[in-house]
Amino acid sequence: MTDHRLQNSVRQRHSLHPEDIVTLVIDGQQLTADPNDTLLTIAQAHNIHIPTLCFLEGISAYGGCRVCLVEVEGYGKLVPACLTHPAEGIIVRTQSPRVIEYRKKIVELLLSERNHICSVCVTNGHCELQQLASTLGITHIRYPGLFPSLAIDASNTRFIHDPNRCVLCSRCVRVCAEIEGAHTWDIIHRGIKSRVSADLNQPWKEAVTCTGCGKCVQACPTGALSEQGKAVGEMLKKRYTESTT
Amino acid sequence: MTINTLQIATIWLDGCSGCHMSLLDMDEHLEKIAHLFDMVYSPLVDSTSLPASVDLILIEGAVSSEKDLEHLMNARKSAACLVALGDCAVTGNVPSMRNSFSLSDVLATSYQKDVSANPQIPTGFVPALLEHVTPLHAHVQVDHFLPGCPPPASAIFALLSHLLQGKQPDVSKLSRFGS
Ligand code: SF4
Ligand code: SF4
Ligand code: SF4
Ligand code: FES
Repeated sequence: MTDHRLQNSVRQRHSLHPEDIVTLVIDGQQLTADPNDTLLTIAQAHNIHIPTLCFLEGISAYGGCRVCLVEVEGYGKLVPACLTHPAEGIIVRTQSPRVIEYRKKIVELLLSERNHICSVCVTNGHCELQQLASTLGITHIRYPGLFPSLAIDASNTRFIHDPNRCVLCSRCVRVCAEIEGAHTWDIIHRGIKSRVSADLNQPWKEAVTCTGCGKCVQACPTGALSEQGKAVGEMLKKRYTESTT
Repeated sequence: MTINTLQIATIWLDGCSGCHMSLLDMDEHLEKIAHLFDMVYSPLVDSTSLPASVDLILIEGAVSSEKDLEHLMNARKSAACLVALGDCAVTGNVPSMRNSFSLSDVLATSYQKDVSANPQIPTGFVPALLEHVTPLHAHVQVDHFLPGCPPPASAIFALLSHLLQGKQPDVSKLSRFGS
């Protein structure tokens, strides 16, 4: 899916003249932009904050989490800012009541899908999902928890994979494939049964492609990937840029 | 007691009492609002029954047993305003970690596994556990949610002082899941 989207964006780039420039409005601000940029990067360049979760600077955009949804006047559907290129004259709203309500629902659904018990989580206090819930003003979850029974993989001597905290953002998959070049992780199964798995569903220690670099652990926005030996709240991710704050 | 004094109760369901401790952690700030309420029922005071009608009830803890559910239903009938205090009441939190397993497995693991002398599951004297642990709003309408494990004393103070003055509290910036 990522490859397909990459190809699309590459095709778009080649079909445009370099002097092309579009004008658009984001949250009332008149802006000019390169049509190859995304609504997210354009907004960021003008200090307009759009929350993200699956987006991570330096790896391909994926469009999986939908937290960055924005409203474009005349478009029936909300669109993900991290994957949408600007068309001439569009009017974008990043904070309309409809957008905010959808973002809240998405984050609440993510929290209800796995077992997020922040008070006993290694990333308590440093988690992008927890932070998102807080900045969106989510004080409770309107959906009943699914409470799946998911085994923790602590077979790797240095890292732990806890699918109870995973949001399937695929940042681990992309950083491992695109930056480390190992492609140890991928997503198996479909829909609600989807899981991140190492080397065709092996315990991590048996994943021969893994170089042990730890990039996946640092890229993961939640407590789903952590270093061994971290207690509650001790897992701080080492990153130069934060995409959600 | 002035005419405007509100009657407040607090209830402790399946929680660790940490939220009540955080309430007490308001320290001297309690004094600022103490004249605005009467604590009519709480694990912190002596009275043994919940009055039929109370202005405000703060509830700590998740709903884990039949007794918890009964207390919650009574509280809802009694309370003009009901607050879910802390993550256990708001999400189920730590008590809900048993939801990934069946109740019979949980009981067998707790009372029988590796027990050599007369292993047995209690059938009386303790309230029967429900199959799943749920937050308060799975059963009753909750008027305000204060997440946090526990919510910081400053957030409880902000919530209480708003409610006591008849204002709508917005505590979403003062506390979060996990805390
Ligand atoms: S991963 Fe984040 S949201 Fe989930 S339990 Fe841990 S701190 Fe909470
Ligand atoms: S530690 Fe292994 S799985 Fe993680 S990014 Fe590096 S190579 Fe990939
Ligand atoms: S393990 Fe972490 S990085 Fe990978 S999909 Fe899950 S939440 Fe995202
Ligand atoms: S869909 Fe845009 S950040 Fe996830």
